[in-house]
Order: sequence, then C-alpha cells, then structure tokens
Amino acid sequence: MLTSILIVIFLAALIGIILGISSIKFKVEGDPIIDKIDSILPQTQCGQCGFPGCKPYATAIANGAADINQCPPGGDEGIHKLADLLGVEYKPLNAEHGEPKPKSVAVIDEKTCIGCTLCIQACPVDAILGSAKHMHTIIEKECTGCELCLPPCPVDCIDMTPIEENAENWKWKYPVYKIDKSSERRVS
Amino acid sequence: MKVFEKIFKFNGGIQAKTKKNISTTSPIKQFGLPSKIILPLRQHIGKLAKLKVSVGDHVLKGQLIAEADGNVSAAIHAPTSGKVLSIEKQLIPHPSGLPDFCVEIEPDGKDKWVQIKPTNWKKIDLEKVNKLLLSSGIVGLGGAAFPTHLKLNHGKAENSLKTLIINAAECEPYITCDDMLMREKTNELILGIKLVHEILGVEESVIGIEDNKTVAINLLTKAIENEKNIFLKIVPTIYPSGDAKRLIYLLKGIKIPKSQRSSDYGIQMFNVATIIAIYRFLEFGEPSISRIVTITGNLRSPRNYEVLLGTPLKEIIDAAGGQVIKNNTFIMGGPMMGFKLPSINVPVTKAMNCIISSEPDMVEEKKPVLPCIRCARCAEACPVQLQPQELFWFSKSKQLEKAEEYNLFDCIECGCCSYVCPSNIPLVQYYRFAKSEIIEERQEQEQANIARERNEFRILRLEREKQERAERNALRREQSSNEDKTKLIEEKRKAIADALKRIEAGGEEQ
Ligand code: SF4
Ligand code: SF4
Ligand code: SF4
Repeated sequence: MLTSILIVIFLAALIGIILGISSIKFKVEGDPIIDKIDSILPQTQCGQCGFPGCKPYATAIANGAADINQCPPGGDEGIHKLADLLGVEYKPLNAEHGEPKPKSVAVIDEKTCIGCTLCIQACPVDAILGSAKHMHTIIEKECTGCELCLPPCPVDCIDMTPIEENAENWKWKYPVYKIDKSSERRVS
Repeated sequence: MKVFEKIFKFNGGIQAKTKKNISTTSPIKQFGLPSKIILPLRQHIGKLAKLKVSVGDHVLKGQLIAEADGNVSAAIHAPTSGKVLSIEKQLIPHPSGLPDFCVEIEPDGKDKWVQIKPTNWKKIDLEKVNKLLLSSGIVGLGGAAFPTHLKLNHGKAENSLKTLIINAAECEPYITCDDMLMREKTNELILGIKLVHEILGVEESVIGIEDNKTVAINLLTKAIENEKNIFLKIVPTIYPSGDAKRLIYLLKGIKIPKSQRSSDYGIQMFNVATIIAIYRFLEFGEPSISRIVTITGNLRSPRNYEVLLGTPLKEIIDAAGGQVIKNNTFIMGGPMMGFKLPSINVPVTKAMNCIISSEPDMVEEKKPVLPCIRCARCAEACPVQLQPQELFWFSKSKQLEKAEEYNLFDCIECGCCSYVCPSNIPLVQYYRFAKSEIIEERQEQEQANIARERNEFRILRLEREKQERAERNALRREQSSNEDKTKLIEEKRKAIADALKRIEAGGEEQ
C-alpha cells in the first residue's frame, strides 16, 4: 500500500518536473492565440476595425479589448470562424465599422496622378510603385483593397474597381434546384 | 499483338446506353474553311498564351499566334492563312458563359502554310523533344486539354517509364471521335504509338479499348499483328473505364494512390488523338491547328467532322442539318461529364471532343429533384468508392472541411452517382460547387498570407527608417553641438585675444 502510494507520488513529481522543464525549454515564441486569430482575419489591413491593422485587432481580441464583430472585410464568415475558435457566441457584424463590400482593387488614373507619393506612404502592403514626381501604379496582385490610399490623394485620381468575374476566376455556383418535397415518392 | 490477358475490373461504374452509332454511320468529314476563325488564348489547362501578333497582321497557316507562357501553358497557331481582325474578349465554350481573350482571323481563302519542317526526332534527346512540343500547342485531346509536353517530362532520365498506355476506351456515351479516328487513321496511329514508344523509351505499349468498338478492334488487331511490343487489350464497356486511374487498373491491376502520378509507377498515358497529333508534329512539323469533333444527338445529320480550331460551332451545327427538335440546348463533352454550352456562338477549341444537341429527355428540368432517401445506390456506383451521399450532404450544407475529409477531391466528377440516383439529385454539381469553393478559399488564404508578410515587412521597414532617421538626427545634433562648442571656444579665444590687444594698445596710449 505504502509503496504504491510512494510510487504514485514519485511518478507525479517526476512528471511535474518533466512538464516544468519542457514548458521552459519548448516555450512557444509569440502568442499562439493571437496568431490563430490573425490567421482568420482577412489581412486587408484597412483599419476599419478601429485598430491600425489586422494583427493589432487580433491582439485586442485576444486580450478581450475588442469584440469579434468589427471586421467588415472578413464578413459574416469571418465572425463565425472567430466565434468557433474562441468558443463564444456569434454576433452580427457591428455596422459602426462599415459594411462588407465586394473585393476591389485600387486603380490609379495615370494621367491625373501628379506623383506626390502620398498614396505610397498610406499603402499598408507596399503595393504601389513609383517615385517622387513620377506617375504611380498599383500592383494589382498585391492590393488588398483597403482603400487607405484614397483619402491622402490630393487630386482624387485613385478609384476602387471591383474584381470582376472572368473565365479564369469563375467558380461553380451553388446548385439552384428546388428539392421537390411535395410530390409523392416512387419508393415509399 | 493481341492478348487476352486478365482484365482487372474496378468497382462500381455504370452501363448506360452508348448511343454511339448515331455518329458512326458516316466517315469523318473535312469541314473546310469557316467564314471566320476565333482563337481563344486559353484552350488548355494553365496560363493564357502570350500574344505574338497584332491587329492587321497577315498570318500564314500554322504560324505561331501566341506562345506558351511558362511551362504550364500551350502555344496557339493560326489554323489557316488570313488577316488578324481583332484581339478582344469573346464568348468561349466554358461553363461560365463568360468571354475570354480571343484572336479573330479573317481567312484569305488561300490556306497557305507557313514553312514547316519535320524534326529529326530519332536523333534528339527527350529534353529537346520536350522543348519542341512546348511550341507545338499540343494538349490532351481527350477533353482535359492538359499540355502534352508536361507529360513527357518524366521520361528516361528520372524514373524510367515502362509502359505507354493509349487510352482508346472512349467510355462516355455519344462520343465517337477517337473511334472514327482509329478506324480511318489506323496506320498513322500505329506509327504514332511507335514514335512515342521510342521517345519515351518504354518497354511496352498497351492500347486499352472498350469492347463495343468492334470495327476499330479488328483494324487494330490486324495492324499490330507483327508488332512485338504493342498490345491491344479489350475492356468491357463499363463507364468510366476511360478515366486514367480506372484504365490503368483495368489494364495493369495497379492502383495509383491519390498523391501519386502514374509516372511514379512507370506508366504514361495518352489519348488516341493526342498520339496522332504528336506524330504529325514530330514527323511533319504540323502544329495543333485542327481536331476531330463528334457532332451528335438531336440533329438531322450527326457525324464526325475534322475542323480547324477556332471554327464557329454554329457553322458546324448548321452543316449537320440543325436540330430536329428545337430546344437550343447543347452539351459540350459527353452526357456524363460534359456541361451545357451557354451558346453555340462559340469557337471550336482543343478541348472540344463532342457536341451533343440535347434530346428532349436530356433536358433536366423535366425530372423533379427529390430528397435523398439514403439508398446508397450512388455509393455502389462510385468507381472511386467514395460515399456520394455524404459528400452531397456536406457540400449542400457547406460543411466544406467535412467534405474534404470524405475525400471530395478524389471525386473524378464522373457522374455515375447522379446517374443512378433515384431522387434525380444533381450530385456532381454540388461537388463542383464545393470544390471550387474550397479552391477559392485556399487562394484567398494564400493571398492573405502574402498581405500579412508584406504588411509585417512594411512595419519593419518603417521602424527601421524611423530608427535611422532618429540616429541621423542625433548625429546631426551632436555634430552641430560640437561645431558650436569649437565656435564658442574660438569666439571666446578671439575675444580674449582682442581684449589683450586692447589692453596692450591702451597701455601704450596711456
Ligand atoms: S477591419 Fe481591416 S484591419 Fe481590421 S481586421 Fe479587418 S481587414 Fe484587418
Ligand atoms: S442515390 Fe441519391 S437518394 Fe440514394 S443515397 Fe445516393 S444521393 Fe441519396
Ligand atoms: S461523381 Fe464523384 S462521387 Fe459521384 S460516382 Fe463519380 S467519383 Fe464517385
């Protein structure tokens, strides 16, 4: 009896020590929950959530300083995913932060652009090319559609154009068959 | 050599009415020159071909119009001589019904060839053949349109290929273009098989053909009588025997696991028409500019046509006498895997193996869709041994992760499940929807990752710049203060010196 108790105590102590050591040794860099939240956020970096980017918003959510329904680009789907991840109740998007819009990219009207570089400074993902006094262009592939370059432009030459569906990015649609429940079955 | 070796039967599959004799009574007909040629720049799996001509250019038959953009792409050639009228988006034969970039050519009627030359394929190595094929524009002509040169990549060098399989199953109902090609170009096909056999360096070539093609089987048997390394294997007519993995199993008894390719098992497969295209290119220098299309179904005179790529489909339908019962519904591909064409105002492309003018009973609206009764008939029919009813449920309720767990991506979209479903559920449409939804999600995630990286990089950059600026300012301040100090000291020294001078001077004055 006594020996078995001793063995159990010894084992418990041993495991405790191992766990203690490994928690120090294998300490995970960064905060995994913040990264998990961040990986759900759309990375548009638009700041509509009230934070200067997705990561700061993720951090705020993790610290309980922000709600999960503040990111319009992530939309409903994003909120559902966050709710699942954090084990909290889903809530609809807070309209104060804006409405979800179709994904767009910024296009600079190259004739009007005066090359002031203000948009470059605003772009959160460095998707605008150009140097001072020369016309600027947007690397369409990198543009997240955050709209942050619009307000600083002094000549209003940047427009958001929705990405249109084409033969390449087209997807199969959800089948629109009505399931006929009323008709009597052949097999009953 | 004909062999009656064992055939390995796969599970499931269906036996539908083949309806092939509709289009096999007349020989292949040359369609000739159409009124205009519309060449989509993407007729293959992969990137849009890079344009090499401009509006107004005069082009010759076989001239390069657009070259392959990178390795996963295919070149496009002018099917006849004429003038480039426009380069703009036009309707293409695609389930989306959306336009894509096309080059329109007005034929000059001369059909004059650009200078083409045969390649000395016996003397050059596989790598060279590969490069040449990249410029040939040849893609899988069975309907998948996968660039052919990519399939030759796994030849001799890496892991040796042992078996060349020629897919002559043509298992979908209605389609007969390969059957007719085998009947009419038997010798060319055998020459092609020998050529590909040699450049791949395989030990054996096996033609897999369904037992319903008796004419072709007889002709081929005779043609390979004296060939030691070419075998003909006859498989039962069970759809989808022409699916690559099913056919490999039927012929060789090898199951290729999902993450692997047939070349990992020493097997490479080409469709009949593709073999002939490779042959014509390497032997005569002819690029991919035409193909055989089965024009069948509810038409006055259905048959197979050899048409120039880019020929407006409507002109061919008219030549086939038009629809008997007008319903303006056309299917591209077979009835099992094909899709409804948005319009017949589209050009013929490399992927267009068959056009079916819908028969009244094929118009889907007539059959009411009922709820799933979990009869599991779909599971019995599925040749991949999936559980279609579960996949349906998860796709329908958009539980995409679950659908993936149930191997959604192993589904070959053969349509056997939809075919047998007593509730008429368009199962495959749900799978297609779920697949494209998942693919898009992945792409979005990838883009988000790039955006995150770029944003993090920018934050680092800004911080670094800030730090650098701060350092510069500090330095300047320090420097300026140093200067100030020396100035001050100098000023003071000067003042003292001046004062001393004054004193001296004053002393003299006094
Ligand atoms: S609102 Fe904008 S910045 Fe905030 S999490 Fe969403 S995408 Fe990121
Ligand atoms: S065949 Fe149709 S009804 Fe039967 S289990 Fe499959 S989906 Fe359901
Ligand atoms: S379409 Fe997919 S699920 Fe249906 S039978 Fe074919 S492989 Fe199986």
